[in-house]
Amino acid sequence: MYENPDGVMIGLEVHVQLNRLKTKVFCGCTTDYHSDPPNSHVCPVCLGLPGSLPVINKKAVEAAIKVGLALNCTVEEHTQFYRKNYYYPDLPKGFQITQYDFPISSGGYITIEGEDGEHRVGITRAHMEEDPGRLVHEGTIDKSKYTLIDYNRSGMALLEVVSEPDMRSPKEARRYLDKLRNILEYLDIFDGDLEGALRVDANISIKGGQRAEIKNISSHKGAERALLFEIVRQKNVLRRGGVVVQETRHFDEAREITLSMRSKEEAHDYRYFPEPDLVPLKISGWAPAIKATLPELPDARRLRFVEQYGIMDDHAKALTSELKFAIFYEDVAKKVDPKMAAVWVCDVLKGELNYRNLTIEAFKKEHILSVIDLLLNKKITEDGAVDIIRTLLDKGGSPFEIVKEKGLLKVEGDIVSTAAEEAIKENPRAVADYRAGKEKALNSLVGAVMKKTKGRADARTAREMLLDRLDKS
Amino acid sequence: MIGKKDLEHIGWLARLELSEEDKEKYAPKLNSILDYFGEIDKADTEGVEPLYHVLPMSNVFREDVPIKSLTQEEALSNAPKNQDGFIKAPRMM
Repeated sequence: MYENPDGVMIGLEVHVQLNRLKTKVFCGCTTDYHSDPPNSHVCPVCLGLPGSLPVINKKAVEAAIKVGLALNCTVEEHTQFYRKNYYYPDLPKGFQITQYDFPISSGGYITIEGEDGEHRVGITRAHMEEDPGRLVHEGTIDKSKYTLIDYNRSGMALLEVVSEPDMRSPKEARRYLDKLRNILEYLDIFDGDLEGALRVDANISIKGGQRAEIKNISSHKGAERALLFEIVRQKNVLRRGGVVVQETRHFDEAREITLSMRSKEEAHDYRYFPEPDLVPLKISGWAPAIKATLPELPDARRLRFVEQYGIMDDHAKALTSELKFAIFYEDVAKKVDPKMAAVWVCDVLKGELNYRNLTIEAFKKEHILSVIDLLLNKKITEDGAVDIIRTLLDKGGSPFEIVKEKGLLKVEGDIVSTAAEEAIKENPRAVADYRAGKEKALNSLVGAVMKKTKGRADARTAREMLLDRLDKS
Repeated sequence: MIGKKDLEHIGWLARLELSEEDKEKYAPKLNSILDYFGEIDKADTEGVEPLYHVLPMSNVFREDVPIKSLTQEEALSNAPKNQDGFIKAPRMM
């Protein structure tokens, strides 16, 4: 049972951009603006020009229902839009079209790996809204002389996923974000690699204080850092006998601190009222058909991998935590021993990719199949296999070329045997140390064997042969 | 009752600068509107379904098909100031 000594309560509001759609949510402007000049994907609707009228994108509604269902929410019978009024240059109309008391879906949950095992985080609601424009500040937000605005992003379909304050540590918050992103990728409604695809506001309080809302978090790591900072800050305020007030704070990513916004708009007065230009939606009837088309989600795939391929749950979890990895593994597992594939894809390849900050696209399926094949036929050692994978990532080529170039073909048993005998003869000191009880001395003998065989001996075999001889004599 | 303070707040929310004269003029007007809502409030609405939207319609959609956007030049043509294709606005904080 996790004690949560500081009474940390974290709730997250995640803005998900439905960027796989072809057009924005209320107008037909295209969504592929990411590498285009500012204000080149705009029209009277997303610029908020007088007399323009929004009409909702049907595909955006379908995507919102998809997400709601995947997050175990109920799709509401009646849903409608509101105007949320405030002045900020990213909103050309002076209001944002969003949802209020009739969100499209609500009352779901996500299961994460918590501080004390499986932990359920409630989803209050997932509602639709339009994305504001992008602001560029000269220098920092508090010192900038003016603001530059690009409305290409204005009117992109957003889904705001609001959680209950169920997370008890920054680590849990990060895991929640990882899981949410993973589910969204499985649903194929979102490309998480695009700038601004997923943006987070975090609410956090500790025992004895009020909550702070942290804005401007742009990565999962950023969320964890901002929350870690905020816990320390709030604890310090309380320790000095101060009061933690309810406020909005801005995360400064470079300095990894949060700053009070102290804006006059602090007392929010959004004056929500029904958007007269958009009629209500009655679409709960779509839910069963959409549910039937939902793809297999991460948790289900993880269970299936364990059952179907007989692999460890830890492997299944790691493999399904990224859709591309899951697909890669499954393609490989169909052709070779699935357990062996899990070890080499999950333990070795994933580690080597992470170390180089590469994605799975950097490695060919055929190559991992060849490596596993060489291992199964005892042509190469495990060390040799790792060497091949590293070389493929660093220099390219093909597994067979690398085996040839580096002379990685495993040497015969009798050569290892001879090398072991020689190693024992040539290293009397290590032998004496080993016999005196220094287990570690054996490692230097194994090293000597490897050196003699130019690394082509299997380390385990070498070890066994050495032990065999040391125990006999 | 809407007092001077409320009026100043409402003015700020709408980004309207109100003179003392304006405030004196608007307060009674807004109060009379509020009074009228007070009258409406008296109506018996027992068992009446709330009106969520003034139009008796639902489910109006658009297909996910792109249209031609404005050019950057057209988009910027109404902006008082611009720079490098961006609209330039006063600082915010």
